[in-house]
Amino acid sequence: MNILEVEGLSVKVENKLILNNITFSLKSHESHILFGPNGSGKTTLISALMGLPSYEIVKGKITFMGADITHKTVEERARLGMVVSFQNPPEITGVKLVDLLKLCLGKNPADNFSDEEQALIDAFRLTQFLNRDINVGFSGGERKRSEVLQLIFLKPKLLLLDEPDSGVDVESLKLIATELQRYVESSGSSALIITHKGDIMDYVKAKYGCILLGGQFHCFTHPMKIYDDIKKLGYEECVACRVRTTEGWQFDQSK
Amino acid sequence: MTKANENELMKIPHKILEETYKAGMEAGDKNRSGTFYHVDQATVYSKVNKLFEGQIELMDTKAALKKYAWLGDYMWKLVDKDKDEYTKKVAEDWSGGYFMRIMPGAEITFPLQSCLLITQRNLEQRVHNIIIAEEGSKAHIITSCVQHSTVPKASHLGVSEIYVRKGATLNFTMIHQWSENTLVRPRSATEVDDNATFVSNYVCMRPVKDVQMYPAAFCNGADSAVSFNSILYGNKNSSMDIGSKAVLNGKGSRAEMISRAIAREDSKVIVRGLIEGNSPDCKGHLECRGLLVDEEAILQSIPELIARRKGVEITHEAAVGKISEREITYLMTRKLSRDEAVSLIIRGFMDVGILGLPEALNAEIKRIVEASTEAS
Repeated sequence: MNILEVEGLSVKVENKLILNNITFSLKSHESHILFGPNGSGKTTLISALMGLPSYEIVKGKITFMGADITHKTVEERARLGMVVSFQNPPEITGVKLVDLLKLCLGKNPADNFSDEEQALIDAFRLTQFLNRDINVGFSGGERKRSEVLQLIFLKPKLLLLDEPDSGVDVESLKLIATELQRYVESSGSSALIITHKGDIMDYVKAKYGCILLGGQFHCFTHPMKIYDDIKKLGYEECVACRVRTTEGWQFDQSK
Repeated sequence: MTKANENELMKIPHKILEETYKAGMEAGDKNRSGTFYHVDQATVYSKVNKLFEGQIELMDTKAALKKYAWLGDYMWKLVDKDKDEYTKKVAEDWSGGYFMRIMPGAEITFPLQSCLLITQRNLEQRVHNIIIAEEGSKAHIITSCVQHSTVPKASHLGVSEIYVRKGATLNFTMIHQWSENTLVRPRSATEVDDNATFVSNYVCMRPVKDVQMYPAAFCNGADSAVSFNSILYGNKNSSMDIGSKAVLNGKGSRAEMISRAIAREDSKVIVRGLIEGNSPDCKGHLECRGLLVDEEAILQSIPELIARRKGVEITHEAAVGKISEREITYLMTRKLSRDEAVSLIIRGFMDVGILGLPEALNAEIKRIVEASTEAS
């Protein structure tokens, strides 16, 4: 079963073609790792999947849980269960983290957090930030923790995560990744995680990985394998070897 | 005050009273040190909470003029009778207004509330208010100006002269809830003596046809201070031209102005601020932030700083801009609709915290702000 299917997707940003005719699918109940050098279009891909403005879909079709969402708004996609974490989330003056977290949970401002929710906020070390304006004066790590916690509170079916591990310290990385894995596993949801580093795979159990380069997907295989090759050979060579399939997540799972 | 007086308040239809409650008035005097109602052209209610008797005087200005011969000297002292056609009209013929006096050294822990209400169509309400915060006194005043929503057209001309004596602190919060057809021309000025502090808060959240005001504070006393804070929500066809002027004459006097203005739909909002430093070592800062919600509205910020002496330190920062699409999109990824996202950003932007109110009043004003900006 696939939770997401993308057929022949081409995306323009500021009239420049960034993604060209991409076809792939994401499996239900699985985490997928997306590698790729800076500027290869990873953020463009998840932004287009989420329907963010200024990412113009010029061709192709996106099917999420069986429904064509190619032309749906951001809010509609969010309500269907697709969420995205931002690499650089905006600062919003006057909007408190506590209010946003309650909105994510579908609560009213006057409602309290449940013990379980409060425990998660504590675990994410965000308790002292609750009454702060969202992202204002947050460090890189604090932003990442806040983003991932919001996503978990939204109870999504598919998480699109844009470098949740960049700029975070070792402890925060462990926390974020462990909680992500816990959520994905317990809820049976799926994740697409953009990363440049392998550390996150110590905690997130992902069987599927691939590389985005030159507007195209390459090298579908186990993410650890890809990561090792990238480290050894670099992106260009890794893609050039063409040993592995370019047809999607069809590969020998014995690693 | 008197029994007859209380009965007058009962004559105001309940529906209209309810509207005043939405504008910050409170029924009963449990949490208020005094209550004053001027309806159309007459003062119908004015009563001091028993707990504060002897510490506050509250009555119609005309009644106060009869009681105190000296009060004549306080009339038209700070505001020039011939300033414009509106002051001239009030000088010619007026229906009263509130006289409030906080007695020397009195610390009034509950706010004093006053309401100027218009219920008749085509009425031109003309009032003259006098406030005296005597030496060393401390008080909060909340005054609501309300036009009943069924009144199609009216105008309000209000002259206010406020005296903050030595060492006194007066926090004055004015809430305007007019209607789309009200013409509003307040004309106010305040004198601030040695070591005294005057805080003037202005909140206008409802559509209004045309409001123009430029209240002035003269910080004549040494180390006197004034703060002007405004929260302005321009919507529908509102035209708002809101200024504040601080004249720093006293040695070491200080002024601070903070405003948050929103303009949307067909509204036009102008925020002016003028700080004039006429004495050595005076300080002033002006901060204006404006948020444009759509491109039909216009938002204009006009800060002016004047320095006439050595050592004057006056600064300003102003920023006006369109609401951020990035912020809206971000909130939409959190399952909010576009309208919900916009209203959340607006509410965050209209930070009532700038008014520096005590907790209970702060919560009330916050409610008023939130009620006006809820997503439709």
